[in-house]
Amino acid sequence: MKQVLSLNINGHDRDVMVSHEDLLVDVLRDQLGLIGTKKGCGHGSCGTCTVIIDGEAVLSCLTLALSSQGKKITTIEGIEKDGALHPLQQSFIERGAVQCGFCTPGMIMSAAALLSHNKSPSIEEIKIGLSGNLCRCTGYVKIVDAVEVAAAKMRQLDAAQKGA
Amino acid sequence: MTTDDTKRYAWVGKSIPKVDAAAKVRGKAIYTDDISLPGLVYAKIKGSTVPHGRIVKIDTHKAEALPGVLAVIVGDPTTMKPYSVNNYLPTEQALASGKVRYYGEGVAAVAALDEKTAERAVSLIEVEYEALPFVLDPREAMEPGKPLLHDFAERNINYKGEQDFGDVDKAFAESHLVMENHYYCSYVSHAFLEPQSVVADYDTVKGHLTVHTCIQLPHYFHQTLSRALELPMERIRVIVPTVGGGFGGKTEATPASLVACILSRKLGKPVKITYDREEVFQQNKGRHPAYMRMKMGFDPEGRITACDFDNTLDGGAHSSWGFVTLWFSAALTQLPYKLPNVRFRGRRIFTNKPTTGAQRCLGGVQVRMSMESLLDEAAQKLGIHPFHIRMVNAVETGHQTQAVFDVRHSELKRCIETVVAKSGFCEKYGKLPFGRGIGLACGHYSTGGAYLLYKSNRPHSTANIRVDTEAGTTVFVGATDIGQGSTTVLTQMVAEVLGLDLAEIHIVCQDTTLAPMDNGTYDSRVTYGAGHAVKRAAIDARDKLFGIAAIKLDVNPEQLECAGGFIYATYSPKKRIAFREAVHQYLSTVGPLFGTGSYTPPQPSGDYQGKLIGPTPAFGFTAQVAEIEVDVETGKLKIIKYWEAGDCGKAINPMSVEGQVEGGISMGLGQALFEEMKMSKEGKMENPNFHDYRIPTTMDMPEIDATIVESFDPTAPFGNKEVGEGPVGPVIPAILNAIYDAVGVRITEVPVTPERILRALGKLDQPSKNKL
Ligand code: FES
Ligand code: FES
Repeated sequence: MKQVLSLNINGHDRDVMVSHEDLLVDVLRDQLGLIGTKKGCGHGSCGTCTVIIDGEAVLSCLTLALSSQGKKITTIEGIEKDGALHPLQQSFIERGAVQCGFCTPGMIMSAAALLSHNKSPSIEEIKIGLSGNLCRCTGYVKIVDAVEVAAAKMRQLDAAQKGA
Repeated sequence: MTTDDTKRYAWVGKSIPKVDAAAKVRGKAIYTDDISLPGLVYAKIKGSTVPHGRIVKIDTHKAEALPGVLAVIVGDPTTMKPYSVNNYLPTEQALASGKVRYYGEGVAAVAALDEKTAERAVSLIEVEYEALPFVLDPREAMEPGKPLLHDFAERNINYKGEQDFGDVDKAFAESHLVMENHYYCSYVSHAFLEPQSVVADYDTVKGHLTVHTCIQLPHYFHQTLSRALELPMERIRVIVPTVGGGFGGKTEATPASLVACILSRKLGKPVKITYDREEVFQQNKGRHPAYMRMKMGFDPEGRITACDFDNTLDGGAHSSWGFVTLWFSAALTQLPYKLPNVRFRGRRIFTNKPTTGAQRCLGGVQVRMSMESLLDEAAQKLGIHPFHIRMVNAVETGHQTQAVFDVRHSELKRCIETVVAKSGFCEKYGKLPFGRGIGLACGHYSTGGAYLLYKSNRPHSTANIRVDTEAGTTVFVGATDIGQGSTTVLTQMVAEVLGLDLAEIHIVCQDTTLAPMDNGTYDSRVTYGAGHAVKRAAIDARDKLFGIAAIKLDVNPEQLECAGGFIYATYSPKKRIAFREAVHQYLSTVGPLFGTGSYTPPQPSGDYQGKLIGPTPAFGFTAQVAEIEVDVETGKLKIIKYWEAGDCGKAINPMSVEGQVEGGISMGLGQALFEEMKMSKEGKMENPNFHDYRIPTTMDMPEIDATIVESFDPTAPFGNKEVGEGPVGPVIPAILNAIYDAVGVRITEVPVTPERILRALGKLDQPSKNKL
């Protein structure tokens, strides 16, 4: 049986029709056209489907759409502000952290969750934070670097805001 | 001879972010599975549940009766023609008919209104098999009396080859030292993150088929579709959306792509099929496992006198890139060292397993593993340092191999010197505490391709360029960007020739109707081959503009240059005309402005079996060092640090080059340490998911120190050579050599699991199942 469900996604309430077994990843992609969230394995082992739910990085392929009700869901489409890229998006571009790009949205969402909890992560902490996100193209070197660069940039922005 | 004019380049040699990176970080890049078309329906394939069996009966009634099901099809020899990537020994079909040859081979398919209904319907199809005896090990498969997969392949030999250069036996007899060992290189898969997906859209009114799919070689795929579907090529259009990694695994038509076309033609609706991860592993086409015997002779100074290589490749169930891989493994013994005498004996064998095919550094990973390991063994016997034995044998510019490959440019020696100096190899080798070790290995790969998969003299790459005041500069080129960044480097090249900004150049590629023919993305040929084509097309267009500008500026057209949006006189730069203005003048006085360019590699000049494969116009080189630590109690291995120095000619985009090297090393490292497709005794893959088939994560990657050894290949469009594949090759042997330095044992099989290390250390005694 399908039912109407209201999900808060990227700051907007959206009505979707779901059954009790529908996964969040499929609802995002197939019903809402939020195709930035990828599905590389469907079994919780690649991280390409990562979204942020109430501040935590979550695998949307292991999350039932129903269980996401009443929570704040952020997808890759929701992290830029007024057309300006998130510092992570900017640093991923500039530091060459993107090759095929299939891991990129999930990687950025995991990194964003990490940086929201830890503003100055060590390299080791970045690696641990991203250890559930597979990338077959880059060998991770430039990804870890991009997260470090973005973290520094975000600290700067924070400081500037506080100073202002 | 051309030299490097880096100083004067505006775009070439710059670490420019990829032109599609912004779309990718925003989640806006469209991959195949992201495509939705009006009226789209979904299909699923029913895979076999035996590794070898005759199909007795397929009952589709229940599936057909399920509401929402639109069509059910089963294998049919009359409508589903056998195919292979190059139509050589075609064995594969959209759906198997008669019998199945591996667990998971498709036997039936369902199209339905939605994916879940298609899945449910597939589970309702009942298939009865007469199970046949099966064979999983290629060494057994060659024995008389073993079950045969294909009628044409006696003793399951798909293909075999021999090469003889010089007199190997005489050279061995006269050698100061002859070394021999056996090696096993494992069964691994590409593990690209984007599962293969296809959207086929047949227009029943026009009789036209449009196929959207992630394919590295749209041109060959186009041909395969035409043959398998018996539809003229001009009625088929292949569009390649963003590709989520390929590594060789998306070079061939998947059965799903043909099934989607057949269903779309039947229904007159667009049909989508996306593999799940298990299907991706079952469809495989990954690296060939190899059972190798390497034998080499040496003089007292460590010079190689002869090389005798015997290679048995496990092909799995179908032909795929089998004979190409076999010959590549022969060709890749010819370098990167000077070998006066070479013998090759090889064979590719069918087994009842997911088919093997092309994977990054095809043929090279296996050869490097055996040759670099044996070289270290010989160095030790001869009392020569591993660094020196490589230096005395390393090829130099101008070298011609016994198989008549011309090495027009090589900086291998500088690569070795650089990596050895940066890693402190000479200070550390043999001197680190027990349990810690350092290993060196070298490699190379072909550049630019030499071989067209069918008989034809047509160019391997073509490009057209249109220059317009309104539409800007549009380049039509057949190259496929699979994430390696070809669209970016081709844009840089065109911008360089025309003196324009990157943002003013539009590239139209990955579409067989819009873009001209290109062989595709394999054999490290794109930056070189398609690079030549776009450069020539841009020069063609530019020279037409120079004709106009020369009159306007009153200078000889040969003394004109393009830079910064202007055409100006080299010797009096104040005489200049805006590029736009020159285009405007051309359009008004001459007409539309087009340029064309193409690239055809030199014809191979050798005369021997397999001569077409290997002799490419250029070769990239790499030297690598691994420092590792082995825990002798647990057998656990840790990579402490990794160094690489590579000669990729002129790096068009150094940041991209580093990305290729780092990614290549990580793929090599995964195979070296833990990746392996495991088959159960029943012939079913045991680990078709990322939980059990582990690829490197952030936690597995050591610090990588990669150096681009500055060089310039005079035959290349901008001095550039390959870097996408070569760096994968030396990783396994660098680690194996480091293990020997650490704990004094030679491991000859990968992956180097803790068990293998403990066994080699004499702490476990059961024999290895793969030992030759
Ligand atoms: S798709 Fe969710 S973890 Fe792979
Ligand atoms: S960029 Fe391709 S998987 Fe990460």
